[in-house]
Amino acid sequence: MIRFERAGLAYDGSEPVLHDVELSIGEGELCLVVGATGTGKSTLLGAINGLVPHFTGGTLTGRVTVAGRDTAHHPPREYADLVGVVGQDPVAGFVTDTVEEELAYGMEQLALDPAVMRTRVEETLDLLGLAGLRHRGLHELSGGQQQRVAIAAALTTHPRVLVLDEPTSALDPTGAEDVLAAIVRLVHDLGITVVLAEHRLERVLQYADRLLHLPGDGTVHDGDPATLMAAATVAPPVVHLGRLAGWTPLPLSVRDARRHGSGLRTRLPEQPRTPHHDSHATTAPVLTAEDVIVRHGPVVAVRGASLTLHAGEVVALMGRNGSGKSSLLWALQGTGRRDGGRIRVRGTDPKTVTAAAARRLCGLVPQTATDLLYLDTVAAELAQADRDAGRATAGRARAILDAVAPGIADDHHPRDLSAGQQLALVLAVQLTADPGVLLLDEPTRGLDYHAKDGLRHTVAALAATGTAVIVATHDVEFATTIADRVVVMAEGEIVADGPAPAVLTASPSFAPQIAKILAPLPYLTLDQVRAAWTPAS
Amino acid sequence: MRKARLPRALHPVAWWLWAVALATAAGRTGNPLLLLLIFGVLGVTVTLRRTDAPWARAFRYYLTAALVIIVIRVVFRSVFATGTAPGDHILFRLPHVPTPAWYAGIQLGGPVSLEAVLSAALDGLRLACLLCCVGAANSLANPKRALRVLPGALYELGVAVTVALSVAPQLVESVQRVVRARRLRAGRTSGLRALRAIAIPVLHDALDRSLRLAAAMDSRGYGGTGTATASSRRWTGLLLLTGLAGLCVGVYGLLDVTVPHAVGLAGFAAGALLCAGGLYLGGRRVSRTSYRPDPWQWPEWTVAAGGLCAAVVLAAGSGYDPTGGGALRWPTLPLVPALAVLLAAAAALASPPPPVRSAP
Repeated sequence: MIRFERAGLAYDGSEPVLHDVELSIGEGELCLVVGATGTGKSTLLGAINGLVPHFTGGTLTGRVTVAGRDTAHHPPREYADLVGVVGQDPVAGFVTDTVEEELAYGMEQLALDPAVMRTRVEETLDLLGLAGLRHRGLHELSGGQQQRVAIAAALTTHPRVLVLDEPTSALDPTGAEDVLAAIVRLVHDLGITVVLAEHRLERVLQYADRLLHLPGDGTVHDGDPATLMAAATVAPPVVHLGRLAGWTPLPLSVRDARRHGSGLRTRLPEQPRTPHHDSHATTAPVLTAEDVIVRHGPVVAVRGASLTLHAGEVVALMGRNGSGKSSLLWALQGTGRRDGGRIRVRGTDPKTVTAAAARRLCGLVPQTATDLLYLDTVAAELAQADRDAGRATAGRARAILDAVAPGIADDHHPRDLSAGQQLALVLAVQLTADPGVLLLDEPTRGLDYHAKDGLRHTVAALAATGTAVIVATHDVEFATTIADRVVVMAEGEIVADGPAPAVLTASPSFAPQIAKILAPLPYLTLDQVRAAWTPAS
Repeated sequence: MRKARLPRALHPVAWWLWAVALATAAGRTGNPLLLLLIFGVLGVTVTLRRTDAPWARAFRYYLTAALVIIVIRVVFRSVFATGTAPGDHILFRLPHVPTPAWYAGIQLGGPVSLEAVLSAALDGLRLACLLCCVGAANSLANPKRALRVLPGALYELGVAVTVALSVAPQLVESVQRVVRARRLRAGRTSGLRALRAIAIPVLHDALDRSLRLAAAMDSRGYGGTGTATASSRRWTGLLLLTGLAGLCVGVYGLLDVTVPHAVGLAGFAAGALLCAGGLYLGGRRVSRTSYRPDPWQWPEWTVAAGGLCAAVVLAAGSGYDPTGGGALRWPTLPLVPALAVLLAAAAALASPPPPVRSAP
């Protein structure tokens, strides 16, 4: 179906991103593309329908063909009937404003007969479970629904290949499951070839027929998921556990691992010997919030939330999209709206002091971290951060950045950095003010395992110095490795607040993979299993 | 119930024809009762036939604007006194502000007569009525669906407008987000330096978004099936330009009394023909179909015809009241024009009711 023949791609004046790639993807395969940021995943995906190089520039060597059609001779629009493309942010790709019109858009461009369009729209609405939403405006939908509409819109032209670039990165666990279930159904029912890039392997690995691993040197490693995973440097917890226990074939899903795991469960002690992570929590409260209310017009975003945060404590704030996590964080910082309730950070209400004082009490890294960056170079941003924090001596921001993510050159443009580096820069900017409380809103969005590890170390180091941290996240595995406490929100209310092991093992959708495999044993992380592990004699 | 009358959205062009016709009618009358009648018809139709979409809620803003127009008109007429005829009823006198000699044409202040105020109010009412007709069309017809009716040659223009319509709110949202984020760095949110700190992330955002939209549209086949050759493109341009020139000559001929009527008509017809040819030629290069096009059935004909009928009757002069503010008497409602306006109302209500959206 898709063939890469000695394909290489280089952008002007730099090392080739892909080099001599030989690849052949057959009909009805679900192909998972993995690799760290900047290894060429998006380039590989874009090359399939000719967006790379026709749209992005760069030089293509070798040949890329889809169903015999060579991308060198056909622009992307001539692949509309053959390749459906769904990006990371579905909203950015919407052309019309209602679900039904969006589904029809691609077919209108191909000049299909109105009667054909009508039947295809109906069948696609059913295929992706969107029939109830057909007249709704695209911007009223939740993230998961929007992503399913984007997939449906790509499907109406009956493509034989579907290319998805991180389709679940912005979604909560339930929304992500919906989207993945839809994709798997397409592969099984319609035999569509799916090429999917994803950072969060734990979500998709089990569905993949084939793995393309991009190590970053321009090559592509291609193979069976279980085989490649045995040696891969990035792997979800289930694979790490499988390797530790020596299971063959290597399990890729929780179900497979549980079937292997009964023996393991009997050999592990009832209680883990070590905590799920090194806690620095103290009992000195730094932030108290009582009955916080936030309203946006008629919508009540936060409905009387109360929360106490102690020095050195790391709290994961979880809940589905739109449950009020961001509104709560903004209210706690003092910049956002607050329509009721009491907030004290070290005895001061952050709303009553100046913005400069508020950021010394509470630093917030917003969801779109790049909103904070506006200068031309990293050095200029860091110097500005020193000035913003009112520091007499320069260099503090640089020192923090080097501790968070070493090796970011002064002369780089902040917008050219990878998502992980941008986050590090924004963190450095905010930490220059030495806030006693740090609030992070969805920091793991778009980060690879490596960048997430870096973030984890940064958060742990901050907690060790007594900073209290709240991380709003959908990423269960990440929350498991950093949080002392987990707070779950739903419809603006706090529905669960307790120690991470208790909350994370209580609900299936917020449980990490290790907990799901080893339930009812209260293990959360691989390190806990490793510490308690006594190999069978 | 007949199929054409089942709840659905009426063809946007039908609403526009109806509203423009009513606007023409309003422009041709000086009778305040007729104008008020037209207002009433607009109000009833919009209330009964609009959907619950965002643009459909715009009518009350047009009404507010209409009120403002009338007030401004009356205030200006009172302040810039334009003289009073002998025998006018003087209401009150504003202090007279002497103007320099080189500014002699305009008087500030002075006596304000009842006649002047009434005629200003009437002028304002007529203008307000025109505005509300446009407002009614905007509230009744989905603007994006109206753009779909554009001929193929102008398709790109329609797409550009549609994209701009959806980008504008995103830009506003983006500015709000960045301003809020700016406060997190304790940066100032006003002044020249703040402008840079806000504008740069917003522009980056907008550029990123438009590039992604362009990539998405390209992948989905936008502009895909074109067969335009360079020569056909040149011909299209030539035909459209000469056609437009012809139209200009024609309109000039029709309006200027010293030019023979026939010359104007001929120029107009030739221009229209050339334009149509250009649009046809240009439209051939794009081949696309449209999903669930709005049907044009008898309710569409009825609505458009009802509006046109009112326009023709009033344009024929039967509704024009030349006395205006000349004599102070209660105006009478002329029978035939009033019936014509009511006919337009009846035609509008013959349209199918708007579709009911199921609750989410």
